Amino acid sequence: MKILVCISKTPDTTAKIAFIDNNTKFSEAGVQFIINPYDEWYALVRALELKETLNATVHLITVGGADTEPVIRKALALGGDEAFRVDADSHDSYFIASQIAAHARSENYDIILTGKETIDYNGSSIGGMVAELAGLPFVSIASKLDVNGTTATLRREIEGGEETVEVSLPVAISAQKGMAEARIPNMRGIMAARTKPLKVIAPVAVDQLTSVTSFELPPAKAGVKLISPDNVEELVKLLHEEAKVI
Amino acid sequence: MSVLIFADQFQGNIKKSALEAVQYGSKVAQQLGTQATAIVLGEVSADELASLGRYGASKVLHVADARLNELETGVGVKIIAEAVEKENADVIVFSHNFSGRAIAPQLSARLKAGLVAGAIALPDTSAGFVVKKNVFSGKAFANVNITSAKKIVSVLPNTFNVEAGSGTAAVEAFAPSISDADFKIKITKVETVSGEVPLTEAEIVVSGGRGLKGPENWGILEDLAHALGAATACSRPVADAHWRPHHEHVGQTGFTVRPNLYVAIGISGAIQHLAGVNGSKVIVVINKDAEAPFFKAADYGIVGDAFEVVPKLTEAVKKYKGK
Ligand SMILES: Cc1cc2nc3c(=O)[nH]c(=O)nc-3n(C[C@H](O)[C@H](O)[C@H](O)COP(=O)(O)OP(=O)(O)OC[C@H]3O[C@@H](n4cnc5c(N)ncnc54)[C@H](O)[C@@H]3O)c2cc1C
Ligand SMILES: Nc1ncnc2c1ncn2[C@@H]1O[C@H](COP(=O)(O)O)[C@@H](O)[C@H]1O
Repeated sequence: MKILVCISKTPDTTAKIAFIDNNTKFSEAGVQFIINPYDEWYALVRALELKETLNATVHLITVGGADTEPVIRKALALGGDEAFRVDADSHDSYFIASQIAAHARSENYDIILTGKETIDYNGSSIGGMVAELAGLPFVSIASKLDVNGTTATLRREIEGGEETVEVSLPVAISAQKGMAEARIPNMRGIMAARTKPLKVIAPVAVDQLTSVTSFELPPAKAGVKLISPDNVEELVKLLHEEAKVI
Repeated sequence: MSVLIFADQFQGNIKKSALEAVQYGSKVAQQLGTQATAIVLGEVSADELASLGRYGASKVLHVADARLNELETGVGVKIIAEAVEKENADVIVFSHNFSGRAIAPQLSARLKAGLVAGAIALPDTSAGFVVKKNVFSGKAFANVNITSAKKIVSVLPNTFNVEAGSGTAAVEAFAPSISDADFKIKITKVETVSGEVPLTEAEIVVSGGRGLKGPENWGILEDLAHALGAATACSRPVADAHWRPHHEHVGQTGFTVRPNLYVAIGISGAIQHLAGVNGSKVIVVINKDAEAPFFKAADYGIVGDAFEVVPKLTEAVKKYKGK
């Protein structure tokens, strides 16, 4: 069994969001980068659990410049076996997905896992695109994944409920909360990660279908209106008359 | 040229988020001087289909195939791709709900049509086709230009008010070429959260944090939610401690909600929590600590003990509703 986990690098959740170059570029000054939480906590950890129970091999892939290497090394330290970095910097989902699919076609993975979404670009897009480009069925926003022989059983979120689905491998899956519990890398993992293979591959030529023309910050909140705990009727009145939400 | 909108249904009812997409798509069609066609999969009543006209669709393609009552998203992609061709659609609109998140990206890759996922405004077509969306978990916006000939936009749920007009839509049966072999994913069980308002569709959400001390205290929160007709939610430590079910966890690593009103009770307002709720139109914070960071993100606040304030608030809401 071979599993590919797609790893992206995102600013730490507490990072200050600011833009430079006339609001066309995210300011990385002083920003700490982490593995996108959905990729690490759910997709990667579930893949590692399957590695332990089913004797699977876990490959990692990231599309990004050399500055993504600390993040991919951390994913190796958690237990990935081998990593690939496609040396290209892009925020076009189709471009990124095409790179991942091009690699996947040469490796015959049984399962391709992505996170539900990146917490910076919030596309929820790359998993489905990779599935389509690699010719695999796609189960999106899955909160549970079990594998029995060549069948995967999953739970996925739908409006107002949950579905249980079955699909034959190979399959592409986007992972969310529920699929696994976060792990912390140990010293042995960190040491081992230093010598695990990290191959840099050249990107394939594909068109970009979107481009960011500018970023904006939301207008500042007007400030909170405080109401006395002894006058909750006032709050109800404000919610009705001023905010018009009840 | 036309605009095609996927209007997805659940148990025979068009989802509210889908109505938002239909209305959005109709406005895009107006902007482009063309017509909006909605597509519906599965068994749905004639009235329900025709009602899409009130949200701006001039035509509804209906695939009345019982196999599509529950959505196998791969089959959905195949059918919509066929409809795109039939209707000569250049812009395809989805809701950025669970089914949209599954289908839109697959369709994007199949048609080589650039996708903006989670749009919060109509496209600006003065120079290209630029769509605004949230980035950095709602802490900023990006304006994204779609440069491909065909374009896909998915609309962030609860962003646009849906307003029924008086339009009518012609319903047309559509028989795409699908076979049993296309159903690669077998849906073996569907569980609905019945009786309650589904969190991601709710207009009002009442949410509790560690400040409520334990699961046995959730009654006061549920009473308030009930009085308001709200869904209930919680912070991550609350779900992690199994005080509340996991599907109530909102924030960076849980659900994102953007109701009209979010009431936060005993939640400190950590940045990871805010990331999942800061799109709410109005935020009310009830916390005994005046320094709690949540107050900075709130519209209205009460500094006080939840155990005293919340029951009083519930009574006040009941009194107001009784009028
Ligand atoms: C990568 C990452 C992702 C995360 N993702 C999420 C996420 O998705 N969602 C999430 O919620 N958190 C998330 N967290 C955790 C987050 O940082 C906070 O720890 C968490 O939100 C705090 O939950 P809380 O507000 O319920 O508890 P606390 O921070 O303990 O706050 C409790 C609050 O209750 C108040 N209080 C106490 N008693 C009373 C009373 N009697 N009446 C009124 N108020 C009272 C206190 O003043 C305090 O403000 C994440 C953290 C990390 C690092
Ligand atoms: N640059 C990248 N390299 C590898 N995987 C990525 C990259 N960007 C996103 N992904 C994967 O795709 C998922 C969804 O990303 P997105 O569509 O941007 O929300 C992420 O959770 C990752 O698993």
